[in-house]
Amino acid sequence: MNSLMRSFLARALVSICWSAAAALAEPSNPRLSPTNIFAPLSTPAQSIFDLSLLVLDITCAIFIVVFALLVYAAIKFRKRGTAHVHEPTQVYGSTQLELAWTVIPVLVVVVLFLASARVIASIQNADRPANAIQVTVIGHQFWWEYRYPSLGVVTANELHIPVSDPSKPIPTFLTLLSADTDHSFWVPRLAGKTDLIPNHPNRMWMDPHEMGVYLGQCAQYCGTQHALMLLRVYVETPDAFNRWIENQRQPAQVNGAPEGQKIFERTACVNCHTVRGTAAIGRFGPDLTHLMSRDTIASGAATNTPENLRHWIQNPDAIKPGSKMPAMGLSDPELNSVTAYMETLR
Amino acid sequence: MSALSAVVVEPDIRWNPARGPVAMYCLIGAETAIFAIFVVAYIFYIGKSLTGPQPRDVLQLPVFATICLLASSLTIHVAVKLLRAGRVFSFGLSWLLTVVLGAIFLVATLREWHHLIYDDRLTIQTNLFGTTYYSLVGLHAFHVTVGLLALLTVLALTLRGNVGIQHAARAAVLSMYWHFVDVVWVVVFVVVYVIGR
Amino acid sequence: MPTESVVKPAAELGTRSPLVERLHSWVTTVDHKRLGLLYIFYALIFLLFGGIEATIMRIQLIRPLNSFVSPQVFNRMFTMHGTTMIFFFAMPIMFGFANYLVPLMIGARDMAFPRLNAFSFWMTAFGGLLLYFSFVGGDGLYGAGSAPDVGWFAYAPLTSKTFSQGHSTDFWILALLVSGFGSVGTAINIIATIICMRCKGMSLGKMPLLAWLTLTMAGLVILAVSPLTAAQLMLLVDRYLGGHFFDTQAGGSAVMWMHFFWVFGHPEVYVLVLPAFAFASEIIPVFSRKAIFGYPIMVAATICIGFIGMSVWAHHMFTVGMSSSANSFFVLSTMAIAVPTGIKIFNWLATMWGGQIEFRTPMLFCVAFLFQFLIAGLTGIMMGAAPFDWQLSASYFVVAHFHYVIVGGILFTLFAAVYYWFPKMSGKMYSETLGKLHFWLFVIGFHLTFDFMHIPGILGMPRRIYTYEPGRGWDIWNLIVTIGVFFQAAGLLVFIANLFRSYFRGRVAGSDPWDAWTLEWSTTSPPPAYNFAVIPGVKSRRPLWDLKHPEDPDWHYE
Repeated sequence: MNSLMRSFLARALVSICWSAAAALAEPSNPRLSPTNIFAPLSTPAQSIFDLSLLVLDITCAIFIVVFALLVYAAIKFRKRGTAHVHEPTQVYGSTQLELAWTVIPVLVVVVLFLASARVIASIQNADRPANAIQVTVIGHQFWWEYRYPSLGVVTANELHIPVSDPSKPIPTFLTLLSADTDHSFWVPRLAGKTDLIPNHPNRMWMDPHEMGVYLGQCAQYCGTQHALMLLRVYVETPDAFNRWIENQRQPAQVNGAPEGQKIFERTACVNCHTVRGTAAIGRFGPDLTHLMSRDTIASGAATNTPENLRHWIQNPDAIKPGSKMPAMGLSDPELNSVTAYMETLR
Repeated sequence: MSALSAVVVEPDIRWNPARGPVAMYCLIGAETAIFAIFVVAYIFYIGKSLTGPQPRDVLQLPVFATICLLASSLTIHVAVKLLRAGRVFSFGLSWLLTVVLGAIFLVATLREWHHLIYDDRLTIQTNLFGTTYYSLVGLHAFHVTVGLLALLTVLALTLRGNVGIQHAARAAVLSMYWHFVDVVWVVVFVVVYVIGR
Repeated sequence: MPTESVVKPAAELGTRSPLVERLHSWVTTVDHKRLGLLYIFYALIFLLFGGIEATIMRIQLIRPLNSFVSPQVFNRMFTMHGTTMIFFFAMPIMFGFANYLVPLMIGARDMAFPRLNAFSFWMTAFGGLLLYFSFVGGDGLYGAGSAPDVGWFAYAPLTSKTFSQGHSTDFWILALLVSGFGSVGTAINIIATIICMRCKGMSLGKMPLLAWLTLTMAGLVILAVSPLTAAQLMLLVDRYLGGHFFDTQAGGSAVMWMHFFWVFGHPEVYVLVLPAFAFASEIIPVFSRKAIFGYPIMVAATICIGFIGMSVWAHHMFTVGMSSSANSFFVLSTMAIAVPTGIKIFNWLATMWGGQIEFRTPMLFCVAFLFQFLIAGLTGIMMGAAPFDWQLSASYFVVAHFHYVIVGGILFTLFAAVYYWFPKMSGKMYSETLGKLHFWLFVIGFHLTFDFMHIPGILGMPRRIYTYEPGRGWDIWNLIVTIGVFFQAAGLLVFIANLFRSYFRGRVAGSDPWDAWTLEWSTTSPPPAYNFAVIPGVKSRRPLWDLKHPEDPDWHYE
């Protein structure tokens, strides 16, 4: 009774799990999740997905065989009744059997190793073509800094890259650095994660096949606000990307809110933030020159609306407790002015 | 189950190894693993200091100290043999010599450090070389110190007349630790003063 | 050897209350059985603490953008949960069982070094108290005090003075340093006992598998805990003496901490799982009424696991940017260890095959173990394929995997072991009804929590986050995972109740309630302080089988 119930329950649970996994493996089902590792849209993520299917096939087969044997043994060799019977035949071992179930796993190991080694090489040792976009990513507690060295752009938190048509690809190569502790760049639909470790530059690449906004977040515990160090990658046409670059290269258009600008530059804001073309040249916090070109603030923790912006400047801990930006203790009129100034930074 | 009394035999100690040496080998194994990590760190950081004095600028071969420590292994080996033969007074002399040689080694280390800190301005904070050097050599010196304390305890007991031929096996186990400390020094010497410079 | 060596005058004896006498005898004991029980009680208390920490986290994660606890408290919870469960629940309880069982199973009167045994226990105990003092040190309980919040593997440079001001990290370092000395002491004791104190006739090839697995486990402790000790000493040098071991600004390497930690961390999980295998290897044969299938290859597989287990550590570091050759090497070693581990599963299965299986509570837990450990091993193989791991690592898939091993594998066999040896340790039989109730509650809870936990990982949810955005597809799964926790908690309560009730009101068990075959069942329940009236001698791996079946003893076949 017990073992039968147990095997039924276990089998039911297993069926549910594997159906769920099968549903998830549906390649183009982003409605399930925007960060589904089984919905790749870039070559590295696709290579990983293909390898994962092989691994899942093999492990599934092993599971089914062993599980079936376990259930069969539990039912067939159950003791019937409560009377004491003779002890069953004692079997101490079998060389053929033990040889078989050593050799077969060894073969499986060899297959999996070779398949993995191939994918490792194809992703890690890929050459960087001449037309690749190069971005330096610098991880901070708790935001992302992006520099396009050959294009003269410095920005933060929202990464823009061009879409890559498989027939004539334009991949993006990222150099990963850190200004403080360990972080990890993980946008599941574009690539596997790679860590950002201080004094240990890393490299990764991606070539998104479809336009859109890709989500992800930091995947290596980096301190209090690790959870809200979110990633947004904007993949657009090469033309749109070039326009974005052109805009980001411009210094700030500063004549919209002189009152707010004065407060900004007089207070400690300038110790951390840069607004290119003004006196603000701080590097500890995100570059704000084109803050209004971003959809979110605080590395994705809030949408970029005037209310949220004002709230953030007033008390960062209310939105992202433990972030490194202190509350500046501004009065209400000062807050209004500074927010208005920020709103001019398009 | 009293039926087991049909197979009554007292444990035959001769066919199982003795506990003391087995335990000491295990302790040596654990200590080897700790030293291995410090040695790996030392080797990894060779040449990686961003500033400050480099090994070849400040390190001199501690030849005399090394000879003393290696000789102390010889004297402790002799001491154990003497104790096994029951010659307690000679054992005491050899043991004392071991302690003296070990102490000379420690004093030499301290003098070297004094010179490095005050004359060459190399401290544990100075650079990667300073950190790894003092940690590795210091860890070894700590083990020498602990060993010396143990040896001194035995020496004190010998002077009180409490040590006899029946303690030879235990003295041998302690001497294993001392030999281990010596072997570690050989490794540290090669890594720090030969390869690292 | 009597514990009191001084004869007290009668008047003085009369003034000490029995309770104080009893406490004193427990605190000063050097008897391996009592120390074993102390380890086990201590560990079960810390199991409850770790469980409370897990429950707090799961309530916080039951829905997105929840505010049950602050991020600071949450980060302390996951650090303390991991550290507690590994160092102050799992390791002590395994040492406890090893202490209790090994001398009995090899026919010895005690461990090789009884005083070292006591010293090791108290070091471990003190380490746990030191770690938990961090909650009340500093700010007191507000905001979970000064408890460490750097994660149980404490990556550099988050642990440097710059990023971890105050003493929270120091509590982590010192508590583990102290208990590490205790662990090494116990390991030395175990090895010396097994090598030197087996009874007459018990060659290494005739000792129970539990002894082999415990011996290998002790060897791994000696080789693996030491690197952690070394790394922690280096971290102390950095934090207090201005050293630069992990100071990236001075050229130091954060990756080196990872290497040193995982050189400890991976063998550590084998330290935890080998005793689990030991319990399965003793319990499954008895309840299948058959000898373990393939004893020699089980021994060989154990030793292989020990060796290979020391060479897989960087599979925890596939994402840190090692070269493709280094990554490939660790893929190979990680896949390779699946071979001896798989062999063991097949051997247990073959032991059940053709037997007469009785599904008493210990066997229920062991069969569930087989099913769950199989799955855990397979998800491990998935992550051993490094590119797949580039997606799965540091996500809830990994969290699900290792909980599947530790809870579904190790904790389940621990429950089996408690039920199996409870009659021997206490002299009383546990309630089979409550045992089965515990089993079903816990199995349901376990699968609700840890089966469904794999899915958020596949959908991109990283670990160690105190909250998450809605709209990622993670919400429903987190809800189900949290619900499972309450079933497991209920199961644990039934378990504790069963132990208490049975200890005081259970029926007398007798020396051999399971009709088993190893030496501990030949003495009374509980055993006397001296274990055996006469030290036995043996002729085979199952000495009691030989006595019960004189017409067909094992030594005809071995």
